[in-house]
Amino acid sequence: MVMKKTLLTLMVIAVYVLHQDFWNWRTAHPIIFGILPVGLAYQAGYSILAAIMMAVLVRFAWPKHLESAAPEKPASPPKEGRA
Amino acid sequence: MIPVIVVGIYLLVIAIIGSVAFRQSKASTEDFFLAGRTVGSMVFFLSIFATNMTAFAILGSSGQAYRQGIGIYGLMAASSGFLIPLTIFFIGTRLWAIGKRFGHQTQVAFFRDRWECSGIGTVIFILSVVMLVPYMIISIMGGGRVLHDISGGMVSYWAGCLVVALVVTVNVFFGGMRGTVWVNIFQTILFLLFGVVALAVISQHLPGGFGERIASMSADTKTSFLVTRERMPERYFWSYTLIPLSSIMFPHMAIMCFAARQVTAFKRTVVLYPLAIMAIWLPCVFLGVIGAHLYPGMKNPDGILLRMLTENAPVWLAGILGAGIISAVMGSDTHQVLAVSTMFTKDLFGHYGGKEKYGEKGSVHFARGFIVVVTAIAYVVALVTPESIFELAVRFAFSGFAAMAPVMVAALFWKRSTKYGALASTLWVALCLAAVWWLQNYSNAMAPKPGQAAAVIFPALGHLFDRSTANVTSYGFLPVVPMVFGSAILMIVFSLATRPPSTETIRKYFETTQARKDAA
Repeated sequence: MVMKKTLLTLMVIAVYVLHQDFWNWRTAHPIIFGILPVGLAYQAGYSILAAIMMAVLVRFAWPKHLESAAPEKPASPPKEGRA
Repeated sequence: MIPVIVVGIYLLVIAIIGSVAFRQSKASTEDFFLAGRTVGSMVFFLSIFATNMTAFAILGSSGQAYRQGIGIYGLMAASSGFLIPLTIFFIGTRLWAIGKRFGHQTQVAFFRDRWECSGIGTVIFILSVVMLVPYMIISIMGGGRVLHDISGGMVSYWAGCLVVALVVTVNVFFGGMRGTVWVNIFQTILFLLFGVVALAVISQHLPGGFGERIASMSADTKTSFLVTRERMPERYFWSYTLIPLSSIMFPHMAIMCFAARQVTAFKRTVVLYPLAIMAIWLPCVFLGVIGAHLYPGMKNPDGILLRMLTENAPVWLAGILGAGIISAVMGSDTHQVLAVSTMFTKDLFGHYGGKEKYGEKGSVHFARGFIVVVTAIAYVVALVTPESIFELAVRFAFSGFAAMAPVMVAALFWKRSTKYGALASTLWVALCLAAVWWLQNYSNAMAPKPGQAAAVIFPALGHLFDRSTANVTSYGFLPVVPMVFGSAILMIVFSLATRPPSTETIRKYFETTQARKDAA
């Protein structure tokens, strides 16, 4: 369980870091598919990677315990001054 | 004339859907504001996406790409594709469950109950409304401008704003959340198709094709910045990755999370979200860059896509694509109007005794009356106030809501968080917004031209406050960076220094129903 959480956290951090593609900053080459400057193609690929990351999270980190949420009682007014 | 007719038919369809939804409605606030918490999986995705996408996704993205080049995609779209689904996954699902269990319909209701304090909810309510209302007004302005441009000037700006305000009012007044999400299905499909169709049509007419244009821009030192990020500072680019934290904090997005029928509706949404953003932004950014090469020197680059469509697409298709743009405007605007109405009805009217006095039916009447009044005021303000003021306010609102994210994270995940921590964070955000607003106006005269280095605002303070072409920065970072981290630090420090909420409240929010039953 801990291992799974660690791996998933590392995955999210890795994907976040990959957004900063400093190596593509000052060049348009190679032009991908003959029309997309590399910086734009990379970030488009990044969007696909983000979707894959979310699919992995849904598969392995889905908050299943929330699925059983059911109405308990009407929201009560706050109890002023108790904190 | 044809584009006006097509857009007119579209607006009529929207109004009809709203009135059909009215026939299915019940006289309860939960039904009016949240469609009775019955929004299914696919509709939820289409609707939450429409809630978050404005005309900026089409016109603003291409306009910004015209000015700054391809970097805009990574700056705004790719970072949103990463962070928004993550916040929906971690925060949206929890909000849904809390709403389902305890009946909350707004974030403010949750904060009040979570920290056992009415006042903290009211403070957050005020800040949220101050940040949300300009966004609502600018949506009406954007709609009026788009109708004016699409019609080639036949529809005046004031009439365009009026049409948008009226259709939004009819849709929300009669349909509430149900009417809004039904309309969103139609709207989202239309504007998701927009980019791909626009790209295909324009490519057919472009002399030399896209590849030749890109190669030519890359080879010319005057235009190479458009196909690279050589003029986009790395710190600015990184700072922007915090802005999408704002998404889930916008009241209309959070309220949408309460409306899902089941939490499993979020599964599809979070996976499809980055791809949907890409489907809209990638063609629009790409066309904006091509447009900068085709039509240099435009005074209003936000009109580049409309110009490319007008010159390259048949008139009937331009009309349909225009309807796609209007969809983006209205999809978000209807949710904003509904959210403001929900907040005033639940967090003010209901919270301070209106519900007890007038009942559920009376609350829905109040909400409907409020919708008419607020859109009428927004319309008048849209006509008499310069758009630039609201553009600035909206830009700040994104930073402000992003900086409120630590408050929500603490409320959901940190038992030890307190109302004083939340209050300190909220006041910090309000103070920062006021300070940045003042600094922005103070430094307008010294703003450098695009491509030039940032100007130091107060030489004695070094680079603490710099002024770039469009923004105040601090050591090259956007204000959102100190705002988010300051908010998080204050939340932690003040919470640790004050008494936590009662054990009863902590158990209520942090133990599952079964665990509490077992413990009892």
